[in-house]
Amino acid sequence: MAKVHPRTPIESGCPDGIQYMHPVMRSNFGQWKYHEDSQPGVLRHVANRGDEIWTVRAGTQRILDLFSLRKLCEIGDRYADGYVRFTIRSNIEYMVADGAKVAPLIQALEREGFVVGGTRNSVASISHTQGWLHCDIPATDASGVVKSMMDELVDEFKSWQMPNRVHITTSCCQINCGGQGDIAINIQHTKPPRIDHSKVANICERPLVVARCPVAAIRPAMVNGKPSLEVDERKCICCGACYPPCPPMQINDPEHSKLAIWVGGNHSNARSRPTFQKLVVAGIPNNPPRWPEVTAIVKRILAAYKNSAQDWERISDWIDRIGWKQFFELTDLPFTKYHIDDWRYARKSLNSSSYIHF
Amino acid sequence: MKIHDTPMIDQLEEGEWPSFVKGIKRLRDKHPDKRINEMTNDLLGQLEHSYETRKGYWKGGTVSVYGYGGGIIPRFSEVGDLYPKSKEFHTLRVQPPAGNYYTTEILLKLADSWEKYGSGLVTFHGQTGNIMFIGATTENTQSFFNEINEYGFDLGGAGPCMRTAQSCVGSGRCEQSCANEHKIHRLLINDFIDEMHRPALPYKFKFKVSGCPNDCVNAIERSDFAVIGTWRDDMKVDQLEVKNYVAKKGRKYLNNTVIARCPTHALSLDDDDTLEVDNKNCVRCMHCLNVMPKALSPGDDKGATILIGGKRTLKIGDLFGSVVVPFMKLETGEDYRKLQQLAEETVDFFAENALEHERAGEMIERIGLVNFLEGIGLEIDPNMVMHPRENSYVRTDHWDEEVKKWQERKTKMEKTVIDAA
Repeated sequence: MAKVHPRTPIESGCPDGIQYMHPVMRSNFGQWKYHEDSQPGVLRHVANRGDEIWTVRAGTQRILDLFSLRKLCEIGDRYADGYVRFTIRSNIEYMVADGAKVAPLIQALEREGFVVGGTRNSVASISHTQGWLHCDIPATDASGVVKSMMDELVDEFKSWQMPNRVHITTSCCQINCGGQGDIAINIQHTKPPRIDHSKVANICERPLVVARCPVAAIRPAMVNGKPSLEVDERKCICCGACYPPCPPMQINDPEHSKLAIWVGGNHSNARSRPTFQKLVVAGIPNNPPRWPEVTAIVKRILAAYKNSAQDWERISDWIDRIGWKQFFELTDLPFTKYHIDDWRYARKSLNSSSYIHF
Repeated sequence: MKIHDTPMIDQLEEGEWPSFVKGIKRLRDKHPDKRINEMTNDLLGQLEHSYETRKGYWKGGTVSVYGYGGGIIPRFSEVGDLYPKSKEFHTLRVQPPAGNYYTTEILLKLADSWEKYGSGLVTFHGQTGNIMFIGATTENTQSFFNEINEYGFDLGGAGPCMRTAQSCVGSGRCEQSCANEHKIHRLLINDFIDEMHRPALPYKFKFKVSGCPNDCVNAIERSDFAVIGTWRDDMKVDQLEVKNYVAKKGRKYLNNTVIARCPTHALSLDDDDTLEVDNKNCVRCMHCLNVMPKALSPGDDKGATILIGGKRTLKIGDLFGSVVVPFMKLETGEDYRKLQQLAEETVDFFAENALEHERAGEMIERIGLVNFLEGIGLEIDPNMVMHPRENSYVRTDHWDEEVKKWQERKTKMEKTVIDAA
């Protein structure tokens, strides 16, 4: 094959979204008055001058194959107006100007196996990243965890039975790509990295790895006559930060990399300032292909929230009101010494008052 | 082609939620292109191997397209001998249109291009906000990029660089939007294309734009530079709709769900079922507007709050973004230019002062907010803190000079208000 002269890229950056926007949305840009939720998965937005745009939201498998993507497009062409968008939780949204198109569109989506819902006070699609399918450092497969969990929570996605919306996230390492969530399911390693000393010198930039450790537990060492690294295992917090820059420091462990559940993360400013999620359960087995143990606990937390929270309380608002003592009682989860923070500023998380929940 | 046995992941075909395993199998079994059948077959084989051994088998490396230093996540299989057809399985991070808007036409065009060169798997979107085209060989990454780049798509960021930005659905559909998210998003990110394509920052840097304080793109917790739309005049109240709401839901419900939940006690329900708002003390949390979107709306004097330094755990622990500009008007070309300048100053300061692998929030934690503000030329404001200093370990040598500065700022602000009136 003849050598082709390399093509210089066009550095066009982020494309203009407005060119792909529904004409009704384009002409009412910035002129929306209110919206109503007519049924789960459906939004009706009304503009100042009276125009309407209807949105139908459907959950997808996120890792889309081309057949599924084309099917979603075909539905969009046949039953909608050909304009779509994706939410940050990988739902597809179809926008139509005519409310009469909503019912046939929903039927078409459901016929093809997509799930309509995920709006208002439902359990939304779980945000996650790649896992074993593509990531270089995962201890689990978020896609599989999510599929297994959504199979069991699908009725909550399709209905409005929760006090407020529930955002669940999953992550395959402590970098936590899934992000903060009302409920977050994250990997928690429990053993220090196992080091392949024969490879460290060739693969890892050692000072960089030393600098990466949050607790200064890594130091350079000569092992078997070769430059390598050693870990002070009493100091090590098993976070896995050394693993990405130095793959011979294997942190993933088929048995000892466990799942942990965190609750109360909230990105919104509504009612209270944004909050970070808090640890509630650790030590859950990382058990493919369907991870039943973690789903069972998530369902227990959701049941307690559903029974005890008031309308519009997110999980963080609910726990703020009822207190952590009651949270652990209502969910029947153990409270251990590992729940008490000892990282920097930990004293800020202690109860320095006589406010006690009895 | 010998089909790999996949008893474990086969169990993920069952159940009501759409199955990614079924989708990959469709590519393996039904796609007309043998290349895609073989690639997805070996991918399934490796995935099954991961499920059996509970370990991942992908390793990074260095792959990019001509002229760029990033934008692609290289993946080479550690078990490529067993699964040779998917042993190179790189992801291309492609920047989506602002607001994640598409027509089916453009999606199908992207699908056609990807079919020629990739595995047939794609995700809308990764958590940073990119379209993730998952699974291409080193050779094919260039060809795929060449093709989609011709019709307006460009790679995003990967590595220590400017990352792909994200904005919410925004003014296109949402009544709560207080900003032109699309314009802000593209104005900011397209000013840093060079920093995105040629990784040379201390670490990643992310912009996210939410049109209101509901912050639907998680900007405060997930971006180094968060732009949050807001307003500073009075919220709008349609008292007739308030009355309708009371008629429908009852006074007790409105009192418990709306009035009592206001974080600054700025609401009260009058005896005639109208709503009284203490706008001076409203912090624009959005709760009452969310509950009663027909009755309550943002005011007219719209703009944005800027927060800097949000990130997840590594290395020092989770950080929220914190306020560096309480309110910024975004109306005129000059206003937008000021926002752009602020972003440029911030990124320059970050590039020069952050340590390797240190995020903007960690840098501010290390050097203190005041040093950062002085470095980029921003003035301090009480809205930047939850409360003033609690500990007494501080030197206040230049107190009188600082008091003078405050008085000058106050005079300047008062003059601006008078001028505006």
